[in-house]
Amino acid sequence: MKTDATPLLEADNLAVQIGERWICCDLSMRLMPGERLVLLGPNGAGKTTLLHALAGLREVQRGEVRLQGRALAEWPGRELAQVRGVQPQSQPDWFAATVMETALVGRHPHLGRWAWESGDDVRIAHEALICMGLDHMGERNILTLSGGERQRLAIASLLAQQPDLYLLDEPLSHLDLHYQVAVLAHFSALAQGGAGVVMVLHDLNLAARFADHVVLLDGSGKMVCGTADEVLQADVLSAAFGHPLRRHVIEGQVAFLLE
Amino acid sequence: MRTKALPISSGTAVHPRAAVPFSGDTRAVLTARALHNRMFARKSAFLTLAGLLVVSVFAFLLALRAGSLDAAWGDVFAVLGGQVDGTLGVVIRELRLPRAVAAFTSGGLLALSGALMQVLLRNPLADPYVLGISGGAAVGALSAILLGAATWLIDGAAFAGAALAMLVVFGLSRGDGSWTQTRLLLTGVIVAAGCGAVVVFMLVMATDTRVQSMLFWLTGDVSGASRPWPALAVLVAGLLATLPFARDLNVLARGELSARALGVRTKRLRLLVYLLASLLTATAVTLVGLVGFVGLIVPHLVRLATGNDQRILLPASALAGGAMLTLADTAARTLVAPIQLPVGVLTAMIGVPVFLFLLVRHPR
Repeated sequence: MKTDATPLLEADNLAVQIGERWICCDLSMRLMPGERLVLLGPNGAGKTTLLHALAGLREVQRGEVRLQGRALAEWPGRELAQVRGVQPQSQPDWFAATVMETALVGRHPHLGRWAWESGDDVRIAHEALICMGLDHMGERNILTLSGGERQRLAIASLLAQQPDLYLLDEPLSHLDLHYQVAVLAHFSALAQGGAGVVMVLHDLNLAARFADHVVLLDGSGKMVCGTADEVLQADVLSAAFGHPLRRHVIEGQVAFLLE
Repeated sequence: MRTKALPISSGTAVHPRAAVPFSGDTRAVLTARALHNRMFARKSAFLTLAGLLVVSVFAFLLALRAGSLDAAWGDVFAVLGGQVDGTLGVVIRELRLPRAVAAFTSGGLLALSGALMQVLLRNPLADPYVLGISGGAAVGALSAILLGAATWLIDGAAFAGAALAMLVVFGLSRGDGSWTQTRLLLTGVIVAAGCGAVVVFMLVMATDTRVQSMLFWLTGDVSGASRPWPALAVLVAGLLATLPFARDLNVLARGELSARALGVRTKRLRLLVYLLASLLTATAVTLVGLVGFVGLIVPHLVRLATGNDQRILLPASALAGGAMLTLADTAARTLVAPIQLPVGVLTAMIGVPVFLFLLVRHPR
């Protein structure tokens, strides 16, 4: 890890609250370009809330989040959207649109107020559709897609945005085994190319496969953060999820089994 | 400042069909095809827009020509050119022209407002009246009719009622600072229901002659609109005002959170859309009363033809709404002449089956 460069994403003494409940009280972390962070925790622990706070989509009660050394609040919205992309949890669609149109939405922050999507934008969006295996259905109506296809389209739209920092909220939901692994591999490759990736995940084994760093929220405001090796330990996870787990290393792969 | 974008893919394609990686050629062909499809879709959307412009002009000219006094195209063009000869000329200029403008304008206003409401509420069933503006206008207008007020006072009361309903819904729906679609929609529906009760009460209380004019107002009637030009100015200004943020609306249609993540200032945008759509609706109901279904149907029909890109959809809806109501009004006053049907009845009779057909065809 290079320490002299500016961190891509940095949180200082971050405190986030929903209503009366504290999600985290004093989170400090740094994500360098090329690093992958996974947010873990039981249902309702506040993973999505924390992700939104790191993305600048919600106010924080205390502390500061900086992107490329500059506080999130100081970023103008459009410039911010050119550098950090967010894939929120999927929402239902009500209006028909084609897959290509939906992928092109990711190009929005790169276009001027009066500009229309250029040929380059279409090429970038098409490239993103190829990455998610959707390029053959570019003219399909999104209302006819399956849950997994919709999820891949949301990721494709994020890819078309071409940010430096990717924040994804449960990107693997609705995906079959192949695409779960493929999406993780794709974002790992992006990280190798210098991007930063923050992901909310549920599957501990996939998290172990992917993460460089982990923030584990336990739902009561306490949290554990550190490198994947530090946090992904049987005793830590068992306590957070309230179910005994055992950690095995099988042919170099970390795997967790339920007791 | 950002210098270069990171590549989307590292060159290692990940989906199963790419287990055998694309050769460079195949990839180029596929990209070229995607590009072609996209540009074709855009071109056909623009063609639809141009086609609607032609239909609008035709509908407008037809409205000037058709009627109990037979006119030739030559007479219509002569009047438009400033030559007013005899009774026919006067009828065209003083009766048919303002009426055609009123029909076109109110149709355009309602369709544009409906399209905006549908994006604002992310609900395909939204229409210009869903947030209670029509209810407020109806209470205002019917109170004025009940009191025997002059025409301009009825108009004024309708607009005041619409504005009041808008403020009430807006104030209540953001009572605690949050501003969700559901809350806005529910508040609007409740206010509309309350206004409906007041309207029925006034109908019961009114004398027979006044009930007649109340019913005409409630179903929408273009014949009384003698000064439609300010409303036309509102339509043009409103349409122009939507154009700078039409692409923002495309992003908003994907959801509030996605839009914010993509740098759209959603709070400001939604407030702007809400105020604009309300103003358009208030202007339309002040001009012609409650003409139904144009604001609901037209955006859906246009969406079928052009897709949901607001940059095309909004101007196309305004044109299509204007053309549809102009044609409907021309039919309303010529089909069973000399009886004039209220145009609102006609739009409902066309609108209901069309909409049911759309619902059956698109179950979602």
